[in-house]
Order: sequence, then structure tokens, then C-alpha cells
Amino acid sequence: MKIVYFAWLRERIGLPEEELTTKAQTVAELVAELAARDERHALAFSDMGSVRVALDQTLADLDAPLDGVTEVAFFPPMTGG
Amino acid sequence: MRVQQAPFDLAAELSGFSQNSAAGAQVTFKGVVRGDGGLRMLEIEHYPAMTQKALEEIEAQARRRWDLEDCLILHRHGRLQVGEDIMMVATAAKHRSDAFLAAEFLMDYLKSRAPFWKKEHFADGERWVEARSSDEEALKRW
Repeated sequence: MKIVYFAWLRERIGLPEEELTTKAQTVAELVAELAARDERHALAFSDMGSVRVALDQTLADLDAPLDGVTEVAFFPPMTGG
Repeated sequence: MRVQQAPFDLAAELSGFSQNSAAGAQVTFKGVVRGDGGLRMLEIEHYPAMTQKALEEIEAQARRRWDLEDCLILHRHGRLQVGEDIMMVATAAKHRSDAFLAAEFLMDYLKSRAPFWKKEHFADGERWVEARSSDEEALKRW
């Protein structure tokens, strides 16, 4: 599974993307697994109210299942326009 | 819809927009980098794999809700100087109400449902623009 990060999440984690093999069933389980990796990940995921997620480029909820998903994106609330 | 780094020419975009004779009402909105607070430069990051999909979906929703003859969304990314154009939307309809409402809808959705993030650069540092709760509120009226 490919994990991609944008904006301050990318900066805090220090990577634009990473590959991961996981048994996580939901986004929330994946976040818990990532946050446990190191301090950078823990800091990035410390306030989930400020984190949005997209599964295969479609916005999803934190409790969404990861079945068949190949790309998970984490980013702050969008500021387009 | 288009996403690009290069500047765009609003007049040129509009000259090719909605030549359909039924489109008696056309609304255009353009967003420009505002230079208040000592802003030096605005950096816009996006999620290329998702941007196209998100913008197409937003445009499709607008076309379902209003009777539009034409619709254009153009959004830039990269490093922009104060006064540069960031994005534009244009809508064309038989009557002005559909054109105005669809343009406002597109703007509201672009703000908080299209994967763009803005970073402001100042002389003494930089900061990510935070989404406002009013942006999220604005979606509820649709």
C-alpha cells in the first residue's frame, strides 16, 4: 500500500510518500500503526481533527475500511479557490 | 477543467467559452493573490492524482443541479506572486440565476473539496493557510 502526504503532514513526517505492508482493516487502525512508528509520525497524527484522508483519491472517513485500497492520502483540510 | 502551473489569460479563456447562442447569461470569477500582511509569495501544492477527479466531480454536480450551457474551472499551482491570478470559474446558462448560483457553488466546493493547499511566504517566515470553519459552513447551504 502506498501512503502519500501533503502540506504540513508531508513536512512533519519528512516524506512525500512511503510504501507499507499492513494488516490494518480501517483508516483508524492504519493511523494508529503509523503514529507508533516514530516521533515524526506521532506528531503528524497527534490531532486527527486536522487531518483528512482520501482512499484511492476519494475523500473518506477515518473509520472507512481499507479493502482493496492501493493509495491512502493524508492531508490537512483543503484550502483551494 | 484544467490545472496548470502557468499563468492564464482570462480574456483568451473567455473568448473560447460558450459560443452557444442559448447562453444568454455568463458569470466569471477570478481569484487573485492578495498582498496584505506583507505577503511575499503564495505557494500552492496539490494532489495531482486526485485533483482532476475532484474537479470533474464538482463540475458534474454543478451541471446536474443547474441548467448550464457551459462551465469552466481553471486552477493554478506552484509559486505565485502578489497580484497573480490563482484560479477562475466561468458558467454559462440561459438565465443569470443558474449562472450565478452555479459559480458560487463551484467556488464553495473548490475551497474545501478540491485537494489544494496554500502556503504563505513572508519576509520573516512561512505558514500554511488554515481552512476556516466558515468555509465548511458555506457548503451546508447547497
